[in-house]
Amino acid sequence: MYTQGLDVQKGDVSIPLEQGDSELERRFQAKIDADEKIEPKDWMPEGYRKTLVRQISQHAHSEVVGMLPEGNWITRAPSLRRKAALLAKIQDEAGHGLYLYSACETLNVSRQELVDQLLEGKAKYSSIFNYPSTTWADIGAIGWLVDGAAIMNQVPLQRCSYGPYSRAMIRICKEESFHQRQGYEIMLTLARGTAAQKRMAQDALNRWWWPSLMMFGPNDKDSPHSAQSMRWKIKRVSNDELRQKFVDVTVPQADFLGLTMPDPALRWNAGSGHYDFGEIDWEEFKQVLQGNGPCNRERMRDRNRAHERGRWVREAALAHAEKRRARAAAQTTAVAAE
Amino acid sequence: MTADTEKMTPEQQALFDYLLRLGDNAVVLSHRLGEWCGHAPVLEEDIALINVALDLLGQARSIMTYAGEVEGAGHDEDALVYRRDGFDYRNVLLVEQPNEENFAVAIVRQFLFDAWHYELQTALLQSSDARLAAIAAKSVKEVTYHLRHSSEWMVRLGDGTAESHGRVQEALDDLWRFSGELFEADAVEERMAAAGIGPHPQSLYAAWSETVDRVLAEATLSRPEDGWMQSGGRNGRHGEHLGFILAEMQFLQRAYPDARW
Ligand SMILES: [Fe+2]
Ligand SMILES: [Fe+2]
Repeated sequence: MYTQGLDVQKGDVSIPLEQGDSELERRFQAKIDADEKIEPKDWMPEGYRKTLVRQISQHAHSEVVGMLPEGNWITRAPSLRRKAALLAKIQDEAGHGLYLYSACETLNVSRQELVDQLLEGKAKYSSIFNYPSTTWADIGAIGWLVDGAAIMNQVPLQRCSYGPYSRAMIRICKEESFHQRQGYEIMLTLARGTAAQKRMAQDALNRWWWPSLMMFGPNDKDSPHSAQSMRWKIKRVSNDELRQKFVDVTVPQADFLGLTMPDPALRWNAGSGHYDFGEIDWEEFKQVLQGNGPCNRERMRDRNRAHERGRWVREAALAHAEKRRARAAAQTTAVAAE
Repeated sequence: MTADTEKMTPEQQALFDYLLRLGDNAVVLSHRLGEWCGHAPVLEEDIALINVALDLLGQARSIMTYAGEVEGAGHDEDALVYRRDGFDYRNVLLVEQPNEENFAVAIVRQFLFDAWHYELQTALLQSSDARLAAIAAKSVKEVTYHLRHSSEWMVRLGDGTAESHGRVQEALDDLWRFSGELFEADAVEERMAAAGIGPHPQSLYAAWSETVDRVLAEATLSRPEDGWMQSGGRNGRHGEHLGFILAEMQFLQRAYPDARW
């Protein structure tokens, strides 16, 4: 998912995961067990706070980095209507980023710190955005599959125990489902279009399908933090369950498009009532998370470059605001002295 | 695609040209703003620049649809935008100037344009052409916001740090030579003014100039001297940048001419 990096940071000792048994901790857990929300002013264990900061900031970074592969097609969108829809979608993603950074700030970390972590390569973002968007059909596939997978994960997070995150998810999910439908509609137009367009759609599906499945993170057996996150209701459904649900929902959608899933092992299993699917290339997943995906360097370079090129602008805005404050203060003093 | 001039009366032809000027300004500037997406100095500014790009795109769509109807050759908004070559584009040179990954350039370009665009749309509220007046009624609200946004940045950058002051002054000095074209009168504009469809371009100058002076004063920037002004865009004589804008923008429509998107 957008926060899949969490699951693979094994042996991370910075997050104390042991459940303490102080009175505060017992009360905290009782509140969560009763499905009450934890709010910023409430007492919370340090591990809970840190896990949330990681999860929410990774989610925020993913929204922001995710603007790049889609932004890549703004100037080439094939019609004014599509261009407007794409601009509006990317604007939504920027809004999600802002909204999530704010949710994170309720946990006493500044946006600046979080952004610095991203730019220094210390923070993760979703592996999916390290793949290139090479044709217009990718804009369809990203909406359909990537936003689709994001929704799968974020719908249960609307019930996350942390109030600000849960509320952010409610708002974000509405927009993500709109993005998903819009992406699917692009795919449908291409799939019903000329032979060249259909080929473009199939090619995009071939490239985005497996990386989309990787968005859900490692298999449950390899996901060390899941149990505690489940108990804290930060995570509500396991990686494998979410992935299965995504496959079950998406395969019929691909059928309707008349496109073929790039997985020869994919077949309906009447016994389980689910689709069986092939093994994910976990080595590829690992490599992308470690920075060796096709576009990891480009994405980080782009973010860093934008940050550097914008430095003088941010400094100017701060300096100007400071001048204003000083002038207003001087005026107040002058008035008081009269 | 070439404009089918045979079938239009001279009045229709002038209106068509006029609409293309309005629409092409919006299309090309929107394109330039879209190039910032994901690369703005702060996330809030990504959102703001996309907002402006989206407004301009919306205006372009209404204007182009109308232009296609006036032309009467069966061209919809996309046919007009995606199938015309550069020498048929009618935007002013100012809007095609590249970003150079320099926020000062984007803001100065936007400010000079917005200050003019605001006066233009305000004047178009009184247009004898009901369709243009209706488009202006929606646009003028949007453009009011655009002008506020670009003016605020002019002030922040001008009256910010020594570095930002220098950068924005440099961009202003560089782009000033494209401001004259906004107020040039020619046969098309004269005809529009005579018919009460659009304002006479020179009638917008005083208010524009006043806005510029007011904002530059607050921004502690100096107004460049009016030197030789570049022009030609409104008659299809562009610089070298437009060709690349169109090559990118029109790629899919050109590469797959029989496809619908
Ligand atoms: Fe999003
Ligand atoms: Fe989205």
